[in-house]
Amino acid sequence: MAQDAAQGAHKVQSEAQTGAAHASGTVRALILTGFGINCEEEFAAAYRLAGAEATIVHLNQVLHGQVSIHDFDILNFPGGFSFGDDLGSGVVLANKLRYRQTSTDGRTLLDDIRQFIAAGKFVLGICNGFQVLVKLGLLPNLGGNVVPEVTLTHNASGRYEDRWVTLRVNPASRTPFLTGIDRLEVPVRHGEGRLVIPDAATRAAIEAAGLNCLSYIDANGAGTSEYPLNPNGADLNCAGLTDPTGQVFGLMPHPEAFLSAYNHPDWARRRRLNPDASEEGAGLQIFKNIVAHIAQKNTSTAPAGQLANQH
Amino acid sequence: MTDTHTIQLTLKPGQHDGDGQRVTEAAARHLGLATGRVRSAALYTVRYPLSEPQLHDFATRCLADPVLHDVRLNELTGAEGYATYILVARRPGVTDDEGTSAQNALADILNEPLDVHTQHIFSKKLYLLEHDLPETDLRRIAEELLGNKLINWLEVGRVADGIRDYTPRPGGGAEAITEVVSLTGLSDAELVQLSKANIYALNLEEMRAVRDYFAAPETQAERQAANLPADPTDCELEIIAQTWSEHCKHKEFSALINYKDLETGEEKQVDSLFKTYIKDATAEVDRQLRANGNDWLVKVFSDNAGAVRINADSLFVWKVETHNSPSAIDPYGGAITGILGNNRDPLATGIGGARLLFNTNVLCFGNPEFDGQLLTGQLHPRRILEGVRKGIEDGGNKSGVPTVNGAIVFDDRYAGKPLVYCGTGAVMPMQFAGKDSWEKNIDAGDRIIMAGGRVGKDGIHGATFSSIELDETAPATAVQIGSPITQKLAMDFLLLAARRGLLKCSTDNGAGGLSSSVGELAGISGGAVVELEKVPLKYPGLRPWEIFVSESQERFTLVVEPGKMAEITALGQEMEVELTDIGHFTSDGFLDVRFDGAPVARLNMHFLHEGVPRKILAAEWAKPAAAEPEIPAATDYTETLMQLLGSLNICSRESVIRQYDHEVKGRTIVKPLMGATGQAPQDAAVVRFNFESWEGVAVSNGIIPRYGDLDAYDMSAGSFDEAVRQIIAVGGKLPNLTPGDGIFWSVNDNFCVPDSVYDATSNPDGKQKLAKLVRMCEALRDATAAYCIPLTSGKDSMKNDFKAGGVKISVPPTVLYSMTAKMEDVRRAITSDFKQADDVVYLLGETHDELGGSEFYALHGQLGANVPKVDFARAKELYILIGEANDQQIIQSCHDLSDGGLAVALAETTFGYGYGAEIDLPAAGLPLMQQLFSESHSRFVATVAPEDVVAFESILEGRATRLGRVTANGELTVRYAGQTVLAAHTAALRAAWTNGPVNKLLGVASQESLNHSNSL
Repeated sequence: MAQDAAQGAHKVQSEAQTGAAHASGTVRALILTGFGINCEEEFAAAYRLAGAEATIVHLNQVLHGQVSIHDFDILNFPGGFSFGDDLGSGVVLANKLRYRQTSTDGRTLLDDIRQFIAAGKFVLGICNGFQVLVKLGLLPNLGGNVVPEVTLTHNASGRYEDRWVTLRVNPASRTPFLTGIDRLEVPVRHGEGRLVIPDAATRAAIEAAGLNCLSYIDANGAGTSEYPLNPNGADLNCAGLTDPTGQVFGLMPHPEAFLSAYNHPDWARRRRLNPDASEEGAGLQIFKNIVAHIAQKNTSTAPAGQLANQH
Repeated sequence: MTDTHTIQLTLKPGQHDGDGQRVTEAAARHLGLATGRVRSAALYTVRYPLSEPQLHDFATRCLADPVLHDVRLNELTGAEGYATYILVARRPGVTDDEGTSAQNALADILNEPLDVHTQHIFSKKLYLLEHDLPETDLRRIAEELLGNKLINWLEVGRVADGIRDYTPRPGGGAEAITEVVSLTGLSDAELVQLSKANIYALNLEEMRAVRDYFAAPETQAERQAANLPADPTDCELEIIAQTWSEHCKHKEFSALINYKDLETGEEKQVDSLFKTYIKDATAEVDRQLRANGNDWLVKVFSDNAGAVRINADSLFVWKVETHNSPSAIDPYGGAITGILGNNRDPLATGIGGARLLFNTNVLCFGNPEFDGQLLTGQLHPRRILEGVRKGIEDGGNKSGVPTVNGAIVFDDRYAGKPLVYCGTGAVMPMQFAGKDSWEKNIDAGDRIIMAGGRVGKDGIHGATFSSIELDETAPATAVQIGSPITQKLAMDFLLLAARRGLLKCSTDNGAGGLSSSVGELAGISGGAVVELEKVPLKYPGLRPWEIFVSESQERFTLVVEPGKMAEITALGQEMEVELTDIGHFTSDGFLDVRFDGAPVARLNMHFLHEGVPRKILAAEWAKPAAAEPEIPAATDYTETLMQLLGSLNICSRESVIRQYDHEVKGRTIVKPLMGATGQAPQDAAVVRFNFESWEGVAVSNGIIPRYGDLDAYDMSAGSFDEAVRQIIAVGGKLPNLTPGDGIFWSVNDNFCVPDSVYDATSNPDGKQKLAKLVRMCEALRDATAAYCIPLTSGKDSMKNDFKAGGVKISVPPTVLYSMTAKMEDVRRAITSDFKQADDVVYLLGETHDELGGSEFYALHGQLGANVPKVDFARAKELYILIGEANDQQIIQSCHDLSDGGLAVALAETTFGYGYGAEIDLPAAGLPLMQQLFSESHSRFVATVAPEDVVAFESILEGRATRLGRVTANGELTVRYAGQTVLAAHTAALRAAWTNGPVNKLLGVASQESLNHSNSL
């Protein structure tokens, strides 16, 4: 059931080559789909353009043990409406990862994901995927015990919106996903992106650790609560979070929808102004960053597959 | 362990209750009712044996958000300070996706397999209102803001009297009963009455044909041999009614029409509108294309959607349909099933398994600010607009298909029946597992598989119901609610099944349900046997005929070779898509339907598909009396432009557009709103096919119903040209200009007209209406021939009238042309907004004295007479020249002229960045009023860099008029004969446009005072 996006949109899809030998240094991204997830194709394209190998698999293949996340370097939760988002965005999928037993010994996929992170690997969630990571408690995971500490809920405007916003990267954030990025223009496309932090202590802890890695900013570059610059009214004007290790990263906006310069709403005027500018979209940098980081790590340490097998 | 439990989630103190606040605001705004504070709560009724700890864990861990919610178990109580309540539940059998999701979560936490196809959890909403409103006011809020009586069960009252709960208990009633309906000896009146009583929507002649078929000796002999009663069964009559419905059979488009032009006295006979003006016209276009080495037209009119070849590897599949009647009675359900149903058409074209690329939609509504008395059963236009908008949002967004453009047209004549056009483009590989993807082959012995959702009573009679005019007695069962998540699962499955070669072919279950889908597919092999007892039901209690014609959504009918059953069944299980083998195809010439072995229906396929009597209709054309009004010339038109920008048909639709995801999949290059401001409206969308190449498709919509009040021919011609020029504006090229250039165009026509069948009492002006339709079709034929642009699919909707209390509201004759054209390199797309100061501004094309039907006249309460006409030859010449200029990449911006003429187009081109322009209109020629506001077709505002002016003017020759230049100061200034006649800052123009009635009505109401910090 795996779909290899590298084959292109119209080619016959091939099976996931789980366990197959790979050239050393190849970074492998696993992209989950099924049950209403719908941004898997552009997610895979992002990794492919960043030089990684992208494998799209149906969640059931992982839950049923046909594909192991431990054969990959980055686990990705794309956007969409998993299970229709009827109980609150990401809730049913998070619930499935936490409670659905994948083997007779009572193990769940969340147990595997914790092991995956402990092995130094990376998890990325965008939009609905971010919501899943938050509802699971993988973000921000201040306490380290993977229980929900904050939530994402209905935008202050009460509506779903598709619009472009500008983000600033928190200089205190050390996640390799955001290395070298200061500002980023990206589209938001959500109805439930308002980060709610329940108390001052949690808010302070998030800020102290620099986990609020992305914030919505105004024309002067200052964090803003003003609609529509801040499209949802999030606490801390926060658009994305990492966990304290920086290995788990989630954000509401869609960098994978800005892989080409021609995705930007003002591309035509900008290219007139600067005809020789790169045709690459700014959103691609996040994927290039993590792929480069892992590639470097893989060449300087043991291959990822061996690390995973130690558990 | 008890079996029924209630879980109530309320927001923790201090959490913002957006739902509640919106009820307060909407009640005040739309109903003039003061509710005080409103508090919302989610309710779940669980009918499943759970222990107390299990219930507690499920509620707190799966349903409640620990940050947001307090949980109450097994109690339904109010709260301090709230006097009244409204409970919104669903009626039996109505789709409840939220309940289904909760059920999924319950199965996960219990780690038990739960039959997800039986409803165990029912979701509801409870609203507590501060004020002690009387029951009538509570009912108004419930019925007009929170629910729809046809699908929701609504309880209201005082909290002090106890909150009444309601949980649906579907099922019960009759089961496997097939009744016999005798037609023998019925009088004409009785035949007509039988048709009406059963919503067969068949006329007398058709009923007689049915009677005669059953009475024929050979039919009788066959029935006796097959153990069927002599008289038809209920199921047989239903199958005939669905198959012969106007919706499915297009009887009026196939009719013989006697046309008379009352002015010239000319009389002629039209032998089928479809054949004469659509099919034959496209055949001629195809002949010209092929003669020039352009053989990209692969499949037209014969499948669920049209298919054209993109390149050697892939096909582009394109379909646009309407969903008007359902949207009139339940706007949300009507629109969402419209979108999802239309998605299924390209999905199930040929073998099936195309990848959806985009949606587009065009909507026609009554004035949303209408404040008069509504007719019985008529919904307020604002409510229809909001419901349809929400349906499109959920239908598109939740399926992961971008809604890349669209249009909204307002006219009071759409207040009875709105028009909801849904379009979907898709890409399909040329081959699936070595077989041509666009072919539908079926052999006797192939299995019939139903895939996707289950069958309930929802949507029974949709096909026949939409084929009659709407009145206050619309049947509740005609309403369907879509489940985008169910369809998404089925869609993901279909994609893989096709690529693995497991599908022989497929079709969707839309109007007429299995009756239509199996009936049509059986036409390929020559027959089918269906075993209805195998069809999985949502709940018991359906009669066999109901199972066969139900239009329950999200279903596909698949054709699978017996040898591939095991593999496809396993794939379905893995992807959690229910597949059911319900029979097989035959070649004996009969559609044979059984229930538990007993015969339910057995119909001759030839009679079923060819037996419908042909209609003979009369049309009479008389040009409407019209005169040009006397509107005094003004010296300053700034205020007029402001008024036009803020008028209902021109103002910004941003509040609607932004609630649709227009860029999921990451391939949308020209979106509905562009520029640095994100507020520059665009003429056509441009979408690339994939990430590997820059090939893409431009998408446009042409619709100008108000011109039809002057001349239906010119309205249709103008609509066609509008869609063509929008594609030219974004950088598209006409087809067939060079041998083998492979630039495909694929157009869908969608006619929506009022009842056009003459009847002396019920439809005295039917002949005039039909004449308008004929003229619309004539224009279509002329346009396709002129531009060499083929039609590939389409639809007609013939009964767009709403009748109640002796009043009839009929839509104006309307046609939508939905166009797609290949873009060889999407990076060459042109957007509408000005790009740089000092660029030179041109008017391309010619302005005529054509203010008839214009927005300018409408502003003055006038219609006028001089309707804009299309000169196809001149237009084509211009479009070719623009293409040549684009080959040299010297056009910097291009915007087509339409509603509001040159003045509005100029204003809109400033919206992207805030550049202004200094414009000098030629003193010679037309008066100023016509130059500014005439809506003559085939025109553009374009800009060119100063260094390219010579090259540009040498290409365009006399077709480009230099108007002025782009300025950095943000002022739009228009001079005429030495005088400034229009001057405004572009920010003020943009404000007038964005603060128009649509955004005011649907925009974000008020900034909410949440506690924000500025930490970064």
